[in-house]
Amino acid sequence: MSFSIDEDYARRLKRRHLASRVFERACLVVTWSSVTILAVLLGLLLYQAWGWLDLAFLTRHNHYEADRAGVLSGVWGSCWLMLLTAFLCVPVGVGTAVYLEEYAKPNWLTRQIRLNVANLAGVPSVVYGILGFTVFVRFFGLFDRPQTYALNFGMTSIEFHLPLGAVILSGGMTLALLSLPVVVIASQEALRSVPASLRHASYALGATRWQTIWNQVLPAATPGIATGVILAVSRAVGETAPLVVLGAATQISFNPGRINSVVDIVRSPGKLANVPFDSFTALPLLIYGWVNEIDAERFAHVAAAGIIVLLGLLLLMNGAAIYIRQHFRRKIRW
Amino acid sequence: MSSTPPPLKAIHVPGGPVPPGSSRRTANGGEEQPARPPKFVTSNMSFYYGAHQALFNINMTIPERAVTALIGPSGCGKSTYLRSLNRMNDIIEGTRVTGDVLLDGQDIYASDVDVVALRKRIGMVFQKSTPFPKSIFDNVAYGPRIAGERRRSTIVDLVEHCLKQAALWNEVKDRLRDSAMALSGGQQQRLCIARALATSPEVLLMDEPASALDPASTARIEDLIFELKQNYTIVIVTHNMQQAARISELTAFFCLGRLVEIGVTRQIFTNPEQKETEDYITGRFG
Ligand SMILES: Nc1ncnc2c1ncn2[C@@H]1O[C@H](COP(=O)(O)OP(=O)(O)OP(=O)(O)O)[C@@H](O)[C@H]1O
Ligand SMILES: [Mg+2]
Repeated sequence: MSFSIDEDYARRLKRRHLASRVFERACLVVTWSSVTILAVLLGLLLYQAWGWLDLAFLTRHNHYEADRAGVLSGVWGSCWLMLLTAFLCVPVGVGTAVYLEEYAKPNWLTRQIRLNVANLAGVPSVVYGILGFTVFVRFFGLFDRPQTYALNFGMTSIEFHLPLGAVILSGGMTLALLSLPVVVIASQEALRSVPASLRHASYALGATRWQTIWNQVLPAATPGIATGVILAVSRAVGETAPLVVLGAATQISFNPGRINSVVDIVRSPGKLANVPFDSFTALPLLIYGWVNEIDAERFAHVAAAGIIVLLGLLLLMNGAAIYIRQHFRRKIRW
Repeated sequence: MSSTPPPLKAIHVPGGPVPPGSSRRTANGGEEQPARPPKFVTSNMSFYYGAHQALFNINMTIPERAVTALIGPSGCGKSTYLRSLNRMNDIIEGTRVTGDVLLDGQDIYASDVDVVALRKRIGMVFQKSTPFPKSIFDNVAYGPRIAGERRRSTIVDLVEHCLKQAALWNEVKDRLRDSAMALSGGQQQRLCIARALATSPEVLLMDEPASALDPASTARIEDLIFELKQNYTIVIVTHNMQQAARISELTAFFCLGRLVEIGVTRQIFTNPEQKETEDYITGRFG
């Protein structure tokens, strides 16, 4: 040492450096242990699914025999649920957040709303399932028996029942309610992080409040909002309980709206109109069903294969979230 | 304490000192120019942030087509006063104004005044340049677009005109589509001035527009202000005494929320009436 420090200080310094190193190691251990657990889980799943997860599994509908079971209708069901959920919860969730952050005066009522939105985020998903069952599937039991209605629009006709029953629309609305609190909270957070200087600059140029929100605040908040929406929706799409409560089936051997490929949509877009009113099954439901099969040993492999498909789907979603975030960040360039 | 002059009917404003590097010297530079009609008249104006009173009984007249500088120690209420002239303070929760602020004889705090239209008439440039995270073109076009201008050719012409006015055109004409965030600090500040000009305001309020800039960029902004005052009423807050002396016709000295003194700049800097002003200007205070 070229410079002198007193002995006491030197001793304490040694201890401080030691504590620093110990803490770093501790964090490392904690991180790696969770990563390891995840890796073991994935490894086990892959091992179990090996030989079962193949193209046939992806292109078959479900079946009561293990070696003939497939995920096709579940994949389509989950994708439609995801789209519908996002489609429903984005306008409502972002609208609520905009109102709470940009318009609402801080009074008793808005405080209650804020508080309860946060509370709703903690409500178990089964409860949303019961709500969805009562309101959407059964319409509070107002109808004696389901009535069938048909609407004709030239080329296409939409057929639906009232009450809705366990159709994709019921599932989508239920999952939208489930994701709503998280979407609202994430959007509020994103709106709040937009710098005030941006709003002020807009107001100073004679912009109305709405013009400021639409042209400046929302674009700046989009990455945050999109991330929140995708995380909430991918969370919701992995949910089993609400769909079980709604009464969605597992043995379904057709795709919603009889749409079997993207080509089908291009060829006859009219089919899209029937998707929301069709029965469905979803990946988590299929997995739940397989786990409960009597032929447990063989169906364990099927379930593992199904879980990997579901994980793949969610991974894809998260990839999309990252892409959107980066894309908008680049466009905004603070 | 607030021994302020009564609001004037018209103010005699001498030709302002010429900033360095500017070739535009008025023919009668140094001599008295014709009297200018008042643009803003504030009388008995007080301002409150909730319970905290930030401005006390301000009586002040700001002449048309001249530069009025607001100086004073930090926290004395210069920015607050400036923001009350285009009602930007309205955005802050719980603020309150008493007294009158007249723009061309009209009370801007009257209940029938639309703040959106008011702010279109009064441009504002902030201390920290605040370009929108959009292209250079879209930044300047923002004001006219939100006001409802849809004709592409009009907007293109206007953008070019305003960028030229703000002495930025030559630097950005080949990259109008690039993000405004990629400009330098000085360029961003001139962009903000161009953006403010694009709504064709009558008044420009500037809150320390050059405080974050290097001397060269500052000189450019000062030249720009000197050009703009031919057509605009400019109110500028500055901590730079030389800057106030260089560019302004009138200087108002604020202290502790009160207007201590307002007068012809040369007068304020050479022979102020109040002891406080003299102490501040000579650096014995604040
Ligand atoms: N948003 C606000 N809420 C509450 N008080 C405020 C707010 N903005 C300013 N003030 C107070 O009002 C007084 C005047 O502030 P103002 O920003 O006008 O000063 P200033 O003269 O511009 O100072 P500076 O030269 O540092 O910019 C200060 O006491 C400040 O604390
Ligand atoms: Mg200030």
